[in-house]
Amino acid sequence: MSILEQLSMALAGDELEVVDLTHALDPDFPVMVLPPEFGQCARFRMEEVSAYDHRGPAWKWHNLTLNEHTGTHFDAPIHWVSGRDWPNGAVDEIPAEHLIGPVCVIDCSAGATLDDDFELTPAIIEAWERAHGEIPAGAWVLMRTDWSRRKGAEYLNMAEDGPHSPGPTPDAIRLLLSRDIRGFGTECVGTDAGQGAHYDPPYPAHFLLHGAGKYGLQCLCNLDRLPPTGAVLIAPPLKIRGGTGSPLRVLALVPKG
Amino acid sequence: MTLDRPKKKNPQIRTRVPTLPPGARSRAALGMAVMAAQGKFALQHCDECGAVQYPPREACAACLSSALSWKGTEPYGKLLAETRIQASPDPYFRERLPWRMGSVRLEAGPVVLAHLVGVGRGDRVKMELRLDRAGQGVMVARPVERSEDMEDDPVLRAMGTHPKHRRILISDATQPVARPLIDALMAAGADHVFAGIPEMWRRPPGMAAVEGLENVSLVPLDVTDQQGLKDAASEIGGKVDILINTARHIRPGGVMGHDTTAARDEMEVNALGLMRLAQAFGPAMAGRTADGVNASAALITILSAHALSPDPAFGAFNASQAAARSVVQTLRAEFAGAGLRVMAVYTGPTDDEWHQPLPPPKVAPKALARAIVEGLQLGHEEVFCGDVARDLAERWQQNPALLEREITGGGA
Repeated sequence: MSILEQLSMALAGDELEVVDLTHALDPDFPVMVLPPEFGQCARFRMEEVSAYDHRGPAWKWHNLTLNEHTGTHFDAPIHWVSGRDWPNGAVDEIPAEHLIGPVCVIDCSAGATLDDDFELTPAIIEAWERAHGEIPAGAWVLMRTDWSRRKGAEYLNMAEDGPHSPGPTPDAIRLLLSRDIRGFGTECVGTDAGQGAHYDPPYPAHFLLHGAGKYGLQCLCNLDRLPPTGAVLIAPPLKIRGGTGSPLRVLALVPKG
Repeated sequence: MTLDRPKKKNPQIRTRVPTLPPGARSRAALGMAVMAAQGKFALQHCDECGAVQYPPREACAACLSSALSWKGTEPYGKLLAETRIQASPDPYFRERLPWRMGSVRLEAGPVVLAHLVGVGRGDRVKMELRLDRAGQGVMVARPVERSEDMEDDPVLRAMGTHPKHRRILISDATQPVARPLIDALMAAGADHVFAGIPEMWRRPPGMAAVEGLENVSLVPLDVTDQQGLKDAASEIGGKVDILINTARHIRPGGVMGHDTTAARDEMEVNALGLMRLAQAFGPAMAGRTADGVNASAALITILSAHALSPDPAFGAFNASQAAARSVVQTLRAEFAGAGLRVMAVYTGPTDDEWHQPLPPPKVAPKALARAIVEGLQLGHEEVFCGDVARDLAERWQQNPALLEREITGGGA
C-alpha cells in the first residue's frame, strides 16, 4: 500500500483525526483595533447578492468585505517592513510545500490563565524541548494559551494603555528562529503580545519572524486538542497576488487515542 | 388637553393603513412646502408692486407680474370665521373628524384658510407653515403664545413628528451627540430610546455614557452590517416610531492624498449605512404611520452642511455627505406615500476629535441634539444647526456656483 493509501485509510478509520483550528468568519469576530487616525483592518461583512429571489431565482450568494488579516489568518513575510524584500514573500509566491508541515504545540495555558501579559520565554521553550525533544527544522510552533475561549472585549482585552494578551519575548522568537522553524502561531489576535509594542524590537514576532522569511498564524482555536508533537498542520492561505496574508482554514491531522 | 400615554396595542385589531391628506399642488403652491420644511413662514411677494398674495399663483393677482418671490412674512392675523368639520368624503379626514378650520386675515394682507389649534373666532393668532402628512405646506393658526401642550392637539399631532410618547432608535449611540440627544428626547416626553451600539463586542468608547439609563436599552447595531441590521429590525422594528441616524465616519483630508480606504469607510457608514438602515427599518415604519398616538413618524439623519458644497479639507467625507443627501432625497420620495417624514439635520463642523484643530465656531453635541429634537417637535424636514450651517445654506440657496468659489478660492 502506498503512503497516500495508508493516509486515506488512517483518515477513514480511527487512526487519524482532523482537527479544525479555525474560527468562523462573522461580523462580530474581533479584529486588531489601531488608533483611529491609522488605516483600520476591515471587519468581516457579508452582503446578499441574491437569495433565491428576484435578484437570482435559483441561487444564493454573498459579496464579502474583509481584510487580509481578518479572522483566523496567515501572515506572509511581506506583511512586515522587515520582510518586505524577502523573495517569494507574498502569499501567492509561497511554495505549496511550505503550507503543510509538522507542528509543535507549547502549552502556556496555565500561565496565561493567571497573567494576561504572560510571556513565552526561551526558558519555557527549552523546558518544552527537554520534555519533547528539540523543535525540528521546518516545524510550525504554536503557542497554546486557551485565549480562543474568550469573546469580544475580553478577547482584545483593551485597556487605556493598550491591549493585554500573551505573546513571545524577542529572545523566545530568536531561539525559535535558531531552530529554523516554518512559522509561529497563536490564539490571540496577533502573533505578538498585546503589549508587544514595548519590546525591543517592537512587535518582535512580526519583526523577527517575517524578517527571516517565516510565517505567522493567528486567531487559532482548538489548540488544546493537539499533542505537543506528532501532528501535521495544513495551512494554505488564499493565492492573492501580492497578498500580505489571508484568512484561511487551518486543519491539523492528529493521531487518535 | 394633554395626550395620554398610549396603552399597549390590542393585537386582535388590524393596524390602521396609512392614508394621506390631498397631496396635489400647483408648482407655485409647492413653494409652501419648501418654506414649511424649513420652519419658515413665507408668502409670495410681488417684486413689481409689493403685493403679498395667497394662495400661491404663477402671477401677481394685483398687477399680473410673474416676478414673485417667497419672502418671510409677519406671521400674525385675526381669526375671522371658524368651522368644525363633522363629515368629509376624504378618507384621511374621515378618520380624524371632527377637524377645525377657519379663515384668518393676515396682518400682511391676504385672507388664508388655516387648520386651527386652540384658537377661537376673533382671536389674534400666530400663523405657522407646517408640513402635513402628505408632505405639503399647510397653514396653521395657533395662539400667539406657545404652550407646552399645544403639540398634543390632534391637528398638530396628525401632521407632526413630536417625540412625546414615541419610541426612538438612535443608530449610533457611541457618538458624542447621543447622550445629550437622549436627555433632550426624554425631556420632550419620549417613551423609550433604543441606543444602537456598533461593535458592541469591543465595548466601544462612548458606550459607557449611555449605559444604565432609565428607559434606554442598548441594541447591537452597525449600519455597515446588513445581517446585524436585519436581526435588530426583526427584534425591535415594530416598535421604532422615530429613527435618528447618528452614525458618522469622518476623516479629514481631500481627494488627492486621502486614501480610498478611509473614503470607502466614509461611504460605507455615511451613505450606504443610511441606505441599509432605511431598508432594514423603513418598511415596518412605513406601515405604522397611522398607528395611533405612537404611530411611526420620522427618519432623521445628520449631514454636514458641506453636503451642499464641499470643504476641500474634508473632501472625501463631504463626498459621502453629498451622497447621503441624495439618498435622503430619494427616501423622501419613497416614503412620501406612507407619510413618513425624512428629516435632514445639517451641521457645521462639530466639536469633536475630528475637528479638534479647527478654530470655533463649532457645533457642540448639545446644540446638535437640541436642533434635532426641536426639528422633531415642529415637524421640520430641513434643519440647519448653528451659524455655519445656516450661513452656508443661505449662500447655497442664493448661488451655489458662487458659494463653491467662495469656499475653494475660485480654483487655479
